Amino acid sequence: MEQLVFGLPLGFFAALIPALPLVGALCNGLIALICRNQRRDVPVALVSVIGVGFPVLAFIVVVVMAQIFWNPATGFATAPLWDWMNVGALRVPVSFHIDRLSLVMCLVVTGVGSLIHFYSIGYMGEDPGYARYFTFLNLFLFAMLMLVLGANLPLLFLGWEGVGLCSYFLISFWFTDLEKAVAGKKAFIVNRIGDFGFLLGIFLLYSHLAAKGGDTGGGMLSFETLQASRGNLYLIATPVALLLFLGAVGKSAQIPLYIWLPDAMAGPTPVSALIHAATMVTAGVYMIARLHFIYTLSPLAMQVVATVGVTTAFFAAVIALAQTDIKKVLAYSTISQLGFMFLALGVGAFSAAIFHLVTHAFFKACLFLVAGSVIHSMHGEQDMWKMGGLRHKMKITFLTALCAVLAIAGIVPFAGFFSKDAILWQTFATGHKILWAFGLATAGMTAFYMGRFLALTFLGSSRLDPEHKHHLHESPFWMTIPLVCLALLSLVGGWVGVPEALKGNDLWLHWFAPLFPYEEFYLLLEKKGHGWELILSALTLLVSFHLGLFALILYGQKPRLMAKWVEERIAWVNRLALQKFYVDEIYQALIIRPVRWFSETVLWQFYDRKVVDGLAVHGTAETVGLLSRVFALLQNGSIQSYVLFFIIGVVIVMGALIF
Amino acid sequence: MDIFRDHLLTWIIFSPLLGLVPLFLFPSGREKQLKGVVLALSLIPLGFSLWLFASFQGTGAYEFQEMVPWMRGYQAAYQVGVDGFSLLLICLTTFLLPLVLLATWNDVHRNVKGYLFFFLLLETGILGVFSALDLLLFYVFWEAALIPMYFLIGIWGGEERIYASIKFVLYTMVGSLLMLVAILYLYFAAGHSFYWGDMAALHLPRMTQIVLFAAFGLAFAIKVPLFPFHTWLPDAHVQAPTGGSVILAGVLLKMGTYGFARFAIPFFPEAVRALGPLLAVLSVIGIVYGALVSMVQVDMKKLVAYSSVSHLGFVVLGLFSLNAQGVSGATLQMINHGLSTGGLFFLVGMLYERRHTKLIADFGGLATSMPLYSTCFFIMLFSSIALPGTNGFIGEFLILLGSYQTHPILTTVATSGVIFAAIYMLWMAQRVFLGKVTPKNQNIADLSLREGVVLLPIIVLIFWIGFAPGFLLDKINPTTEVFLKTKTEKISIPPSPVTGEGRGEGGDTN
Repeated sequence: MEQLVFGLPLGFFAALIPALPLVGALCNGLIALICRNQRRDVPVALVSVIGVGFPVLAFIVVVVMAQIFWNPATGFATAPLWDWMNVGALRVPVSFHIDRLSLVMCLVVTGVGSLIHFYSIGYMGEDPGYARYFTFLNLFLFAMLMLVLGANLPLLFLGWEGVGLCSYFLISFWFTDLEKAVAGKKAFIVNRIGDFGFLLGIFLLYSHLAAKGGDTGGGMLSFETLQASRGNLYLIATPVALLLFLGAVGKSAQIPLYIWLPDAMAGPTPVSALIHAATMVTAGVYMIARLHFIYTLSPLAMQVVATVGVTTAFFAAVIALAQTDIKKVLAYSTISQLGFMFLALGVGAFSAAIFHLVTHAFFKACLFLVAGSVIHSMHGEQDMWKMGGLRHKMKITFLTALCAVLAIAGIVPFAGFFSKDAILWQTFATGHKILWAFGLATAGMTAFYMGRFLALTFLGSSRLDPEHKHHLHESPFWMTIPLVCLALLSLVGGWVGVPEALKGNDLWLHWFAPLFPYEEFYLLLEKKGHGWELILSALTLLVSFHLGLFALILYGQKPRLMAKWVEERIAWVNRLALQKFYVDEIYQALIIRPVRWFSETVLWQFYDRKVVDGLAVHGTAETVGLLSRVFALLQNGSIQSYVLFFIIGVVIVMGALIF
Repeated sequence: MDIFRDHLLTWIIFSPLLGLVPLFLFPSGREKQLKGVVLALSLIPLGFSLWLFASFQGTGAYEFQEMVPWMRGYQAAYQVGVDGFSLLLICLTTFLLPLVLLATWNDVHRNVKGYLFFFLLLETGILGVFSALDLLLFYVFWEAALIPMYFLIGIWGGEERIYASIKFVLYTMVGSLLMLVAILYLYFAAGHSFYWGDMAALHLPRMTQIVLFAAFGLAFAIKVPLFPFHTWLPDAHVQAPTGGSVILAGVLLKMGTYGFARFAIPFFPEAVRALGPLLAVLSVIGIVYGALVSMVQVDMKKLVAYSSVSHLGFVVLGLFSLNAQGVSGATLQMINHGLSTGGLFFLVGMLYERRHTKLIADFGGLATSMPLYSTCFFIMLFSSIALPGTNGFIGEFLILLGSYQTHPILTTVATSGVIFAAIYMLWMAQRVFLGKVTPKNQNIADLSLREGVVLLPIIVLIFWIGFAPGFLLDKINPTTEVFLKTKTEKISIPPSPVTGEGRGEGGDTN
């Protein structure tokens, strides 16, 4: 039942999507190693063509595929290539699952990915590790595409870990700076805590299903089979959903495992845009949307997802209010927006979650690239208090930043408005009033801190050092072209999901309706009616607009005013937020230090060396040695004592015989 | 060709000894040429075992069996054969040995002939252990593999080599003597037969099984090494020369896990039911304990040694899961561990040759001065922490998936090993490779061509197994099926100690 496209099997095209960036990574990896080994200069042009060319080719393949799937009758297709792990009842093929969800993800990954690769030519052009950079960036695309295309959980996990690996290498890209190396390690290890849950989720799922049997062809852990055996999953849905969610919490930086993402800003800024804003961190959202049929079986798990999501969204927004580092603001904002997506997932608004994922990829990637452009122009300066008034010298960057800020703040008609509105409305409509209220408050805060971001960086008067001021320049076109593209996407990206209440046709919801077939959910939305939807929309818009405007004016006109007020009135709140509520320090004191102390002192020094080696091993040896010394006394070589022993022996034997 | 094909296994076992011929012929002072010839000759067993691999049917039964009476009065025979478990270990052994010889090209200067002599002897011993089907023969090979390693550590080792080698020998000797007693008991119970099949067919009373299992188990547990019998391992590894460490970690430890799979579990199903959970607990403790203790090591070699304790814990856990994924995964993981940990020991050895230190604190920023070396190291490292796409993942995933079905809670604890492995490995990598390059590490030479040739085959296998392990799993799976089937069938038959008598007479006619 092989499907043919242009006379070639579908599997060929599916495999092509991740394979192309992999080829790019291998080529550039080879170039990087040879150049380093021979101490030669990197052939910049060649590396750039390979590094950008392969992702663009992959993007073209995805677009072709998307055209095929435009037809709703296509449904989904799987393309098995070869067996990966076949043991006993376990069958795990290397196989790709293509449907509307994975195609949307592929479009984002290759599309936004290609733009960011393009941008990197300008941003990383002078770096001696240029080839190594593109190696890992391409490798990342490969892993991310495996993640979204994998037809079963182990294959998804391959991508899941692969993106973590690339994230590790790219965060610590400038590894000679130990602080950056440590940040990469932290990201990997914190993610591994999540993976621990993810693996257990897979094991539980498998051991439950293996007992029931019922592999429908693609292997027990394929999404196809899992969905078909949904009826068998009632008993274990809650633990499985929560364990997998632990993985998502790690990868998508939610409470309590979000701590790695702010540190991950140590990597080059395009990396932050691609990995830590647009794609990798949304893997958790994708995973839950992919496994929606398990999550919807467990109201408890859904409740947990929504609550963690909204708490993270709120909490991270509070921290973002106080940050002064341009990238840290964006990092916390990313955590907060991811929280929104989980809120959507938790209330069952899967298509809205993916919608926000996509628009967020546009405007957040744009914002990070803006930050990159600013940092590039400021020669590495990241403190917003040392910026201001950049709009004069960096017009394109400023205008694109404006678009993205309007989008993230949720101002109509920018992309963020439609996706955020869809989430908030569907939260409210499904009866989660408290979650909705927190969501609204977060949306307001988002508008405020993004207004602050824009004002401190681009508006007002300049607070630059004279030296920086002198060098200030607009970025080269390598960088501005992707900026403009993303800014346009931030504007129009939401128009595919204009709700019916606004006289739109909500293409987005219909595109995903066959994938997430939950009639009750859509009924709930309809029951509330368009009136409510409009009122709430207007409310959100008003709150965001006014708070954003307030921040713009406040920080644009009198940037110090607010800071002074905070300093005088609620300095401790500010300090708390600035220090990220000391969560890192708490983890350090409660977990890391005790474990290290325990391992060093109790396990290693005491148990291993004193008890096992000292007592048991050497103890035995010494006892034997002692005994042998005692017996050696008998063998002293003097005839007299031998005769004496002999006589004693004779006496004993005689005695024994007589009595 | 028939003379080779009909006795392929015998050729594999004894062809390493061909390398002894030039040892006698070459005059001293021509060490380089001697090494070259021995290296070339060491490719012969590799070639034979590749042939074996290719023509192995995968029926699940023993293939390439050979039987020659040895001590007629005792019904002992030279009887060998391979199945999926032993096939891969044989191939791993013959694969690693040429690499070891090549890697230690410049390492050993003192008494090169003796060094090569013991390595070749060691190879024959190990190959014999993995193919013997007669338990007396097995025991002889088992001890024969022990002695060369004793000399390798004791003569070519580091500062405290004498202590380490004696500790190694005494530790393992304690276990193997008890095993010998158990073998003798089985010999009489099976009606004077040392044949594996006769012993496996016995139905012993439960208590007897438990005692015998304990005797076998102790020998194997020490060899693995299973917590808390592991303290010989770090000393042996730290003191052993690079080649010794690679063989020790790569294949010698597998004699223990192989012993469980080949003898202890099939012979004593009742005892496995009683004591299996205990061994699973010990292996899980080993997984976490090994990882935590690795974390605080200051010596790279010791860190890798303790990580072996953790990794082999996974293997034992998989074996005692007694289900298809667990057992096949464990078998595969034996190979994986041989590749990745063997590779890490190679790499640490290469560093030691350059800097004459293995202390983590002495390094820093090596990624700047040694890009190729660092790349290879990171590949081995991520294979060792079981990143998907590398061989380590396949093994660990199958083991944990399998054992989850029998021991869900223990497996949950074991799975936490994935976190700890990342911590100790990446922390070490950070201190050795990242950060600013320290002055002493600035002008350190990157990998030479010879070293690259050593590492490349391992790296190829790491990814090959990582993405398409079918070529190995297809060989393992039939044996796993037989292994599990005989076990369940035996459990269902009530034990009757008398039946053993008749089979021994059958053995007589051999």
